[in-house]
Amino acid sequence: MWVLLGIAVIVAGFMLRFNPLLVIIVSAGVTGIAAGLDVHAIVSAFGKAFNDARYVTIVWIVLPVVGMLEGFGLQERARSLISGLKGATVGRLLAGYLLLRQATAALGLTSIAGHPQTVRPLVAPMAEAAATQQAGVLSDDDRETVKAYSAATDNVGLFFGEDIFLAIGSILLMKATLEQYGIILEPFALSVWAIPTAIAAFLIHGFRLWLLDRRLNRKSGAGEGQP
Amino acid sequence: MITLQWVYILAGAAFAAFAILNLGGKDRPRRMGNALFWGLIAISMWFGNMLGDFGNGLLVLALVGVAGFGRLSRDPTGEVPQQQRQDGAARFGNGLFVIALIIPATALAGTLLFKHLPDLFETKQVTLISLALGVLIALAVGAVWLKATPQLAVRQGQRLMDSVGWAAILPQMLASLGAVFALAGVGDVVGDIVQQAIPDGSRFGAVLAFALGMTLFTMIMGNAFAAFPVMTAAVGVPLLINNYGGDPAIVCAIGMLAGFCGTLMTPMAANFNLVPAALLELKDENAVVKAQIATAIPLLIVNILLINFLAFR
Repeated sequence: MWVLLGIAVIVAGFMLRFNPLLVIIVSAGVTGIAAGLDVHAIVSAFGKAFNDARYVTIVWIVLPVVGMLEGFGLQERARSLISGLKGATVGRLLAGYLLLRQATAALGLTSIAGHPQTVRPLVAPMAEAAATQQAGVLSDDDRETVKAYSAATDNVGLFFGEDIFLAIGSILLMKATLEQYGIILEPFALSVWAIPTAIAAFLIHGFRLWLLDRRLNRKSGAGEGQP
Repeated sequence: MITLQWVYILAGAAFAAFAILNLGGKDRPRRMGNALFWGLIAISMWFGNMLGDFGNGLLVLALVGVAGFGRLSRDPTGEVPQQQRQDGAARFGNGLFVIALIIPATALAGTLLFKHLPDLFETKQVTLISLALGVLIALAVGAVWLKATPQLAVRQGQRLMDSVGWAAILPQMLASLGAVFALAGVGDVVGDIVQQAIPDGSRFGAVLAFALGMTLFTMIMGNAFAAFPVMTAAVGVPLLINNYGGDPAIVCAIGMLAGFCGTLMTPMAANFNLVPAALLELKDENAVVKAQIATAIPLLIVNILLINFLAFR
């Protein structure tokens, strides 16, 4: 029972806005001690896991490419491309990206897009440009909202697309877990049941993007009557 | 054979370059905290396998020491001037997109292709290997086409890295915390509690406990993978599948997606929720989570209803 103290540390630490890295280390220490491990064993266990999980941090090698392209005006180009499109709205743009992200993730192409690769250099500046066109002048709060929606749309698209693919990690985890109970399933049997939720995710998030459009259009007054 | 180790060497070189640039130069101040932080990650990438478990643990403690006590800062210098960026955009136009798409295109092609070349590539890691290859190709094309120097790429990369800051290793840290939780048996205890919370004889109660348990435990752990085996053992298999005769494929597939709704609502899923806030330079680090809650909650309700009405036909 005492091992749950680590979870309490995490929740409290995040709520009190301590540095998350610090909170994690304290939580690991508390959990380990509650489980009767000594300090050397806790530090070693954490160190081993950290070394095994280095691949998670590899993605940052894309930053020099993103930085190089931004130095040559990638964001500016993304903005002017959208500004030149008539009828481009944040909602339509992000709904299109949502569909694309879900469809590619469903084909197993999860790492072709993502926050460093596509959202920061392409999707967010395009969304900002579209929003500026809609609202006339974009307030700081609206700018934040539009950027946050860009990141959110990438997440929703990824999460509720990837499980349709047969060989994704979570499908393999489900298959392996069920096998421990003597239930043998083909990956296809699992992945097909990700489809209803994928459709619901598109409808729900798409509806929210439509609401975002309406809110921005109303601000300008000029866009009234448009969808 | 090209293995993940090669990618670690490349990543180590990138982090070492970020560290060195933070040691200062003509146009920029010295930022020791940043230099130390990226330097330690470079050491981890290059020598992690030689440090031993305890050594790696000490390295983590040093990283936390630097970050936890506010020794990291953004880099206000070295931004490419607005005019120069606009000139570049006008000159190269959509060519910039072509270079940007080299990385995803290479990752895609490599993932499909390299699997068939088991003599040349570590087949289990083809996606990460092709990602790294894509980065190198994009830099090379940039050098030829845009005449971009490697210095420019690394310097701008370092500025972006500094703006991400300690959030860069948050996902890796949370994965490691998950390992300690597993060692301490946290999952078993949580499973016991959920089991006790279910009202006797209520099928919908069991569905609710399973789906909400997936969501909440995912929110605490930051990913649904940790929650799934626990909730399946506690509720999924004994109650929903064995007792009420639920279809295991439907229960598990949609249960996992209920967990993903939790991922949308927690700062613990750092790589999805906190890292983009840092990358997009948002004022509120929880802005992405806040933008997702109103999608996640209705979708969670849909998932609960889907399990309830589809799994027990």
